[in-house]
Order: sequence, then C-alpha cells, then structure tokens
Amino acid sequence: MKKKDAKVLLSGNEAVAEGAIQAGCRFYAGYPITPQNELTAYMARRMPEAGGVFIQAESEVAAINMVMGAAAAGVRAMTSSSSPGISLKQEGISYLAGAELPAVIVNMMRGGPGLGNIWPSQSDYFQATKGGGHGDYHCLVLAPSRVQEAFDLMFSAFDLADTYRMPAMILGDGMLGQVMEPLSVRFPSGTDAKKAAKISKPWALTGCAGRKPNVIKSFYLKDGDLEEFNLRLQKKYSLVRAKETRYEGMMLKDARLVLVAYGTMARICAAVVRQLRSEGIKAGLIRPVTLWPFPVEAFLPRVSPARSYLVAEMSYGQMLEDVKLALNGRAKVGFIGRAGGGFPREEAIAAEARKL
Amino acid sequence: MKKIFSRPESLRDASTHYCPGCGHGIAHRLVAEVIDTLNLREKVIGVAPVGCAVVAYDYWNFDCCEAAHGRALAVATAIKRCRPDRTVFTYQGDGDLAAIGTNETIHAANRGENLTVIFVNNAIYGMTGGQMAPTTLLGQVTSTTPLGRQADLQGYPLKISELLAALPGVKYVERRGLFSPQEIIKAKAAIHLAFDNQLKKNGFSLVELLSPCPTYWGMSPVAAMDWIKETMVKEFPLGRIK
Repeated sequence: MKKKDAKVLLSGNEAVAEGAIQAGCRFYAGYPITPQNELTAYMARRMPEAGGVFIQAESEVAAINMVMGAAAAGVRAMTSSSSPGISLKQEGISYLAGAELPAVIVNMMRGGPGLGNIWPSQSDYFQATKGGGHGDYHCLVLAPSRVQEAFDLMFSAFDLADTYRMPAMILGDGMLGQVMEPLSVRFPSGTDAKKAAKISKPWALTGCAGRKPNVIKSFYLKDGDLEEFNLRLQKKYSLVRAKETRYEGMMLKDARLVLVAYGTMARICAAVVRQLRSEGIKAGLIRPVTLWPFPVEAFLPRVSPARSYLVAEMSYGQMLEDVKLALNGRAKVGFIGRAGGGFPREEAIAAEARKL
Repeated sequence: MKKIFSRPESLRDASTHYCPGCGHGIAHRLVAEVIDTLNLREKVIGVAPVGCAVVAYDYWNFDCCEAAHGRALAVATAIKRCRPDRTVFTYQGDGDLAAIGTNETIHAANRGENLTVIFVNNAIYGMTGGQMAPTTLLGQVTSTTPLGRQADLQGYPLKISELLAALPGVKYVERRGLFSPQEIIKAKAAIHLAFDNQLKKNGFSLVELLSPCPTYWGMSPVAAMDWIKETMVKEFPLGRIK
C-alpha cells in the first residue's frame, strides 16, 4: 500500500486484513479454513511489516484464546475463520464478552450445518447476533456488502470494540471474501494505527509498576457478584442499542414494498429494486449494516411507511425473525431464502415481491 | 530485631480457599518468593487456570489473566508475543494442562515460546470433586474410577513432562515434589531456574510439582505427603528431565 488514495484490486478477505492493519490491529491468530484463507495469508505477510504479531494457531480454539491474551495485553487483536471454525471459537468469544475485552472476529460464512460446504452462506446469523456461546452476552455484528465497505468497517469494528470493551464481529460470506473489487485504500472516519497505539487502556495487563495489580477475568463466584456484573453488561448493551445501529435505506419514502437483506444478498436485492421500479412498482430496500444491534428504527413508519416487506437471505429465515420483531405485526412479511450453496436469484426475488 | 521471614510482596494478605494440606498454598508461595527474588513483581503477568487454582489472582499481588479451561498457554503465548519485555507464566493443574489443554500445551512448547510453566500434578481433579485426571495412577480410586484406574479401560498415567522434553523448542523440564522441606527447597530452585531461563530468553521452561490433595485422595495431610514420597514418585520420578 504505497499511496493512501491509490486504487487497488483486492478480494474481500484481503481488504478486511488490510483494513484491520490500517486500523491498528497488531495481533492476528488464525487457523486455515476455506473460504477465508486469503485473509490469513495476507496477515502472514503484512502483519510483520506493520510490526505486529502473526501466529498460525494450532486450532481455532487456540486462535481465539491467543486473541484473548493479546487483547488483555492491550493490543488491537483479531482472528478470522468461517462457520465451523467460528463454532469452535464460541467459548472464547463468551470469555471475551465476560472479561470485557475488545477484539474483532471475522466470519466469512460458508454452508452448514456440520462440515457443510465451502460455498457462500448466511446461516450463522442466529449464532452471531443471539449470543453463540454461553451466557447473556452480545457481540457487535457488522455486515459489509462490498469489498470497500469490508475495508472501511474494520475501523468501526475496532473502534466500537474498544469503546464498549466488547467483541465485535464482521459477518461476511464466502462470496464477499472471494470477490475482487477495486478498493480505495484511504482512511475512512475512525482511528488509524498511530492513534490506536495511543488509546488509553488502564485495565490492560502491562505489569503493575506504579499501580495496583490488574486482573482480567470473567469469574464471579461470590453470591450476587455475577448478577451485578450481568446487570452492568446489560446496561452497556442498552447503550449500544441506543447509539450504534446502522443501516442503509434505498428509496424508502414512497415505497409500497420493501426488500430487506444484508451483505451479498443486499446487492442482489438492490438490483431487484431497480428492476421493480422500472416496472412501475414502488420498491425500496433496507440493508442492515449492524445486525446486532438490529436497526429497528429503519422499520418505523416515518422511515419506511410500506405495508409489505420481503426478507431475502442465504438461509432459511434467520434475520427474518428480527424483521418481524421490528415490525411487530404492523406489516405483511414475506420471505425468500436458499442455503447450501445457492442464493435466491433476481428473477425469483422479483417474482416473490410481485406477489406481495 | 532482624526480620528473617515475612510474606513475599508478591503474595497478598489473604486466606486461601484451599483445603487443609493442599499443595497449592506452598506452590503459590514458592512462585511469589521467586518473583520477589528476581525483582519481577512489577513486570510479571501470570495466567491462572481453571481448576482449584482458578482464583490464584486473588492470592498473588501482580497482574494476572484468567484463561478458559486448558487455554492458559494460548493466552500466555499472545501476552508474551505482544509484551516480550514482560515475564509471563502459566500456573496449571493436570486436567488443565494435560487433558483439555494438551493441544495448546504441546504447540506452545513446540513453538518454543519463551514462557515459564508451573504444572501442579496432584493426579486428580480437585475443583470438580475428585475425578480421574490424565495423571491418575493405575489402581487409584477416584469418583470416575470407583474400582481404581485400569489400564485397559482408562489408559496409563500421562507423563506429559517427559513427552514435552522430547520437543526441540523445550529448553528446561524438571519434576519436583512438595512433600518435605528439603524437596520444597529443591522445587523453589527449579522454579527460580524456570523464570531465570525466560529472562535469558532461553525458551520454554516447565516445572512439574507433585502436590498433595488429601481431600480427594481420602488421606490425612501427613499421609498424603507420604503417598507422594512413597507411591507417586515411582510413576513420576523426581529430577531434571531436560
């Protein structure tokens, strides 16, 4: 990366890695799994150049726990994987949430359940947004739909993780990971590497010179302590819900019918909206960028007055539940989804939309 | 009057939750004394296990990190790589280090991470109520081997220290026992060497401590000490392994 304003051709996986490095990520641990291997390979080359630590871990489990160690030491840290590997990381993610450690986890989703296959999928929405591991916790979940956005959102992911001292997840899919697009490698709004190195983390483990010892833990055995801690977490989550939702709305004001999709599916749905508009059907699109917190406000009548919604996913209806909760019976909600390697095609989505 | 004995600065003024006759109190103190001697209290980061020593950070007076069960060496690897000028150690039991965490243990050792490992082997799971550990002796009765450990059903006591000593990344392995004043002095010397190795950037060092668990061995504290001396050392011989 020579010039900051230069355009380069990168895959989504590589863009995520470069974004992370420019956002000051200085620790990466990962384990090979398709379709995100380009990310790990990019980190292996770039991280030492940036003066950071790259470790190919012996397992997904080790990788997430290494991230815990690096985060505890006060360093911006991340790991990446794809669906089965992310399942293995869930214990560690729960510990990160319980120890209030900032870290970034990237999931380039592939088909499941089980070993599934290596094709793009959106079947881990529940796992990402509803917890995944044990305990009452959340990850901030950001869903890029383009390579440029994947790069840009890395800055947000690290900033949000640091601000709220909680794990943030980038939820992409195998398509986003593999597709190559021109990318402007410029600093979006957010903290760059220089500023990231100066973020004050008085809780971090640095050796207790001149202060009381710090302890990073998620263990609260004394009667009442865990409840008190959980209430504190819930208060933090309320704040995140109130302040950090993001979405992109497209032609919502006059829309009679609104498509709802995230990530790769949202790109396909944007084309469907244009097609329907050309037919005279007033269609619009809501693309949640934060999946947790879910952008409930996008569905308020003053933002999106439509009475019909069509949710499209590369799954059999996971985000669909959050859309229904957001609408709370106010509108008709249809669904179209495929999982296992395919995604709903434009014509199939348009046909489903015309029925509503 | 000259003060000749006091609590190490690296040990907090706290009562431990350990059972009477447990070896963890001795092991904690030895670690704290060595850290004081090497003047490392303000530079050390300890990683506590899951097991009886889960709240070791309540007893030590320096920076500490929790690790999920078995993952101490993954956590410690990253802390040390991110802060190479700090001294980083893990304190782990036999279940943590040699059962659920075997993978992390072997690979951290094989990478030659410049870390110090204090491995407390009491041949049983204490925190969860006395189940079979990877290091449980043949014939030893536990809550999950009610007829005693049988090789054909539960395999053999795992000599993880000998196994690790075979790896080129491992620089120092020694096994000591916490059953007599003389042996405790030797254990302290081994711990000292293991920390000193890290300061000299020598690489992975591990000290295994045979430690009494009177509660789940069903013995008096004195009988437990004797059991290490007479029985346990036959399976786990004391001395420098590497």
